[in-house]
Amino acid sequence: MSNISRDEVAHLAKLARMAVTEEELDTFAGQLDQILDAVAKVGEVAGDDIPPTSHAAALTNVFRTDEVRPGLSQDEALAGAPAAEEGRFRVPRILGEQQ
Amino acid sequence: MSDLTRLTAAELAEKIHAGEVSAAETTQAHLDRIAAVDDDVHAFLHVDAEGALEAARAVDAGIAAGTAPASPLAGVPLALKDVLTTRGVPTTCGSKTLEGWLPPYDATVTRRLRDAGVPILGKTNMDEFAMGSSTENSAYGPTRNPWDLDRIPGGSGGGSSASLAAYEAPLAIGTDTGGSIRQPAAVTATVGVKPTYGGVSRYGLVAFSSSLDQAGPCGRTVLDAALLHEVIAGHDPMDATSIDAPVPAVVDAAREGARGDLSGVRVGVVRELSGEGYQGGVLRSFEAAVAQLKELGAEVVEVSCPNFTYALPAYYLIAPSECSSNLARFDAMRYGLRVADDGNHSAEEVMSLTREEGFGAEVKRRVMLGTYALSSGYYDAYYGSAQKVRTLITRDFTAAFEQVDVLVSPTTPVTPFKLGEKVDDPLAMYLNDICSIPANLAGNAAMSVPSGLSDEDGLPVGLQIMAPALADDRLYRVGAAYETARGPVLDKLGELEAAK
Repeated sequence: MSNISRDEVAHLAKLARMAVTEEELDTFAGQLDQILDAVAKVGEVAGDDIPPTSHAAALTNVFRTDEVRPGLSQDEALAGAPAAEEGRFRVPRILGEQQ
Repeated sequence: MSDLTRLTAAELAEKIHAGEVSAAETTQAHLDRIAAVDDDVHAFLHVDAEGALEAARAVDAGIAAGTAPASPLAGVPLALKDVLTTRGVPTTCGSKTLEGWLPPYDATVTRRLRDAGVPILGKTNMDEFAMGSSTENSAYGPTRNPWDLDRIPGGSGGGSSASLAAYEAPLAIGTDTGGSIRQPAAVTATVGVKPTYGGVSRYGLVAFSSSLDQAGPCGRTVLDAALLHEVIAGHDPMDATSIDAPVPAVVDAAREGARGDLSGVRVGVVRELSGEGYQGGVLRSFEAAVAQLKELGAEVVEVSCPNFTYALPAYYLIAPSECSSNLARFDAMRYGLRVADDGNHSAEEVMSLTREEGFGAEVKRRVMLGTYALSSGYYDAYYGSAQKVRTLITRDFTAAFEQVDVLVSPTTPVTPFKLGEKVDDPLAMYLNDICSIPANLAGNAAMSVPSGLSDEDGLPVGLQIMAPALADDRLYRVGAAYETARGPVLDKLGELEAAK
């Protein structure tokens, strides 16, 4: 069956921004393979003539007038930040050393 | 134990509003009960004694001043699942990622409870980000089933169901994405309702799978769940998927049902939700429940929903896909955990290391599964096909509801299993949701009501009732009629405990 290799799991973890360990790669590769094998069953009945449903609710766009409403203050918005400085979120460097 | 913790929410409300007991002493009785038993049960992640008592005293002051109670449940305390935000009160979703986070705003459900004068005792334990069927995926340790402390209380809302069964709270709120209200209700002999999708606002419900997530009421009786349903339901402009329609009259329906007459009600037994993989005691309890519905005057027929057998695989593609997108918000930048911010790591490295440390195994599995199912080259075979199955399941429901008013099945295929038994076998764990998932995929309303104890192990079994979208009242009518005929199940646990 082998739908998914260890390298593919490593790639998925990278896409999902999770620094998984070598041990986790082994575990997840086996488990994801088993799960994907089971869920592939959906293909048995998903004919070309069946329209997809993305959502149970009949979605229509909801409009409202563009009025100013109360929101969070700057202090409230920053209260849960891992790091803040001068009224802003402080984040680790996003550019490489050489730039 | 104080007698107040043994009363139903409806009984407590009556006594509080008549001035026979105060909301403060009612709340204190439940806080005392939590202090006495929660070391064993571990239903709560956070107890907010001060906040609950303050809310209770405000209700008492109103009653003393002669003003009408803010709602039929004013003064009756409640346990809130830790996936709904509470301003200034910890909200962790059972995850290390949100340890210590104090939300800056209340969820709409939370605000409605506060406006209704319902004291919030605390936040209940759950599988991390509501992913699981046992609460074993909580970063803070599992909740234990009051029926047997070595067994699971269901999940993801095991804290809410256990708090009811342990008499720590007369009411609780859960959320149900694939069964997280109903399965915990079934395995603890309590009542849990997943309202019609869009019936209760999702604003402030930390998102797992947005097209499926739905908050709902939990109680020890059908009437209590109905009273709570009417407090939390209704249109909310803060949720674009909230239904702008009147809330079904569920309290009236529960009272009508309690009179015990179901003549004229057509009940469909779903053929596909039984048989192989179902425990004998569960099936026998279900058959007895169906016989009881007939005695109450209901017309019972068997119906076939052939695509229900594809609901589980479809769910385990759709929910992980949506979760992989929703959980991208936990990026270590604006709130929540951040590790390795030592000047030597880039923002992207900090993000990856934080998510590695902050998420548990099941969350990682589902995020990767969803990332895979949505990726180019696999999208059509997995996510695309799952969406088509969703169409087929909705069609099955539509056809079935042309023949009958409600559908019934067992809520879960087995009684509560032992902690640790399935934690390393994701597929075995997923099978717990086999009966509950179809209603989520179609957006219908569904309830679990206790149907007794399994004859082979003496553990709780739940009867699932399903109704079309916006017909939540049918659940309450049928559920209350059945409950009245069947008699209380949870009392047996009280007898067991009293005999100790």
